[in-house]
Amino acid sequence: MNLIIAFMLMTTLIPMALMLISFTLPMMTPDYEKLSPYECGFDPLGSARLPFSIRFFLLAILFLLFDLVIALLLPLPWSSQLPLANHTFFLASTILILLTLGLIYEWQQGGLEWAE
Amino acid sequence: MLPTIMNYIINPLALIIPILLAVALLTLLERKIIAYMQLRKGPNIVGPYGLLQPIADGLKLFVKEPILPSTSSQILFILSPMLALTLALTLWAPLPLPSPAADLNLNILFILALSSLTVYSLLGSGWASNSKYALIGALRAVAQTISYEVTLGLLLLCIIILSGGFNLETFNVTQENMWLILPSWPLAAMWYVSTLAETNRSPFDLTEGESELVSGFNVEYAGGPFALFFLAEYANILLMNTLSVILFLGSSNTLFSPELMTTNLMTKTALLSILFLWVRASYPRFRYDQLMHLTWKSFLPLTLAMVIWHLALPIALTGLPPQL
Repeated sequence: MNLIIAFMLMTTLIPMALMLISFTLPMMTPDYEKLSPYECGFDPLGSARLPFSIRFFLLAILFLLFDLVIALLLPLPWSSQLPLANHTFFLASTILILLTLGLIYEWQQGGLEWAE
Repeated sequence: MLPTIMNYIINPLALIIPILLAVALLTLLERKIIAYMQLRKGPNIVGPYGLLQPIADGLKLFVKEPILPSTSSQILFILSPMLALTLALTLWAPLPLPSPAADLNLNILFILALSSLTVYSLLGSGWASNSKYALIGALRAVAQTISYEVTLGLLLLCIIILSGGFNLETFNVTQENMWLILPSWPLAAMWYVSTLAETNRSPFDLTEGESELVSGFNVEYAGGPFALFFLAEYANILLMNTLSVILFLGSSNTLFSPELMTTNLMTKTALLSILFLWVRASYPRFRYDQLMHLTWKSFLPLTLAMVIWHLALPIALTGLPPQL
């Protein structure tokens, strides 16, 4: 078992211990009002499992694509040390230029508008 | 036997417990500093200069009754704060201060990957609370966090190319002559603002904006679980500031007194954290579309150009860092 796993075990045990303390130490007197969802004092109007706005989905997809591009660019500190660094540079620039074209298209089509 | 216990139990605890102490005192520091900036004194009654205030706060939070709403998804509700604090504490392991608790070769990659997981705790807490406010707050928090993570990753890539590897200890060597903030101060400025946004901190604290969403994704949390979210948020602030110092304002490791480097590092961390608090006291909150505009339309195009710049110039001027 290596060190980082041991560290994660310790950092998992401590919040677990804290949660245990917080659920056992206080005096629990649950009643109907306390356990109902909060809506500024009123009874909740309608279900809370709302359909959410499509902009958030679009944003998530955009983030996904950009993150994949970052993953593609991650070998750059090693690949820039190759004997023919031109190739690295041109390939990395191609990836980035394609990404930028995608961003320009998205921007121009209004996908980033009220991306809120 | 003893080395095992030392390595696996006492070392992590020796890192985690001072962090939790620092987080507790950061909450006091925040209240004092914001108070003095508003020409009033912060908490000064509980202990001398209010020093026992965090203990009082902690005691209060853990003695209050935690609420498990009857309509919530209970397992997710309980797991989300635990995940948040676990990640906030685990991220401290690979930081070289100057010798890390867990020496990984790909430090920054580990930190970047794990900090992306905090999105899960935000989303889980919002969705599991089964309350409209919590859900909207969580969606906005998640959208904000993932947007700023893109620029965070690309900025890291720029300085990693300059420095030569994914290991944070190479940053100490890189900055032996001068701080990395001098050649890459636009990156440092964007990085600082992005860390402000990542930690949901003013002026990007829309998701906790009390006037708007009554505490956002953690509206249903009370007592202990709320304390865990709170601790996680402040631990993230300290972590991001320490990372900023290591990346941009590094100090070099002097062989015979590593404590000097640690003191140096942590003093700068404290100053950067005070700057976080200063920003909180000074600026009004961003509107949500302004926040998104900042990252997708201002930071991202500049960052993309910066990556090409930082890739091209070292190659063209034969200034590539040495390969380890």
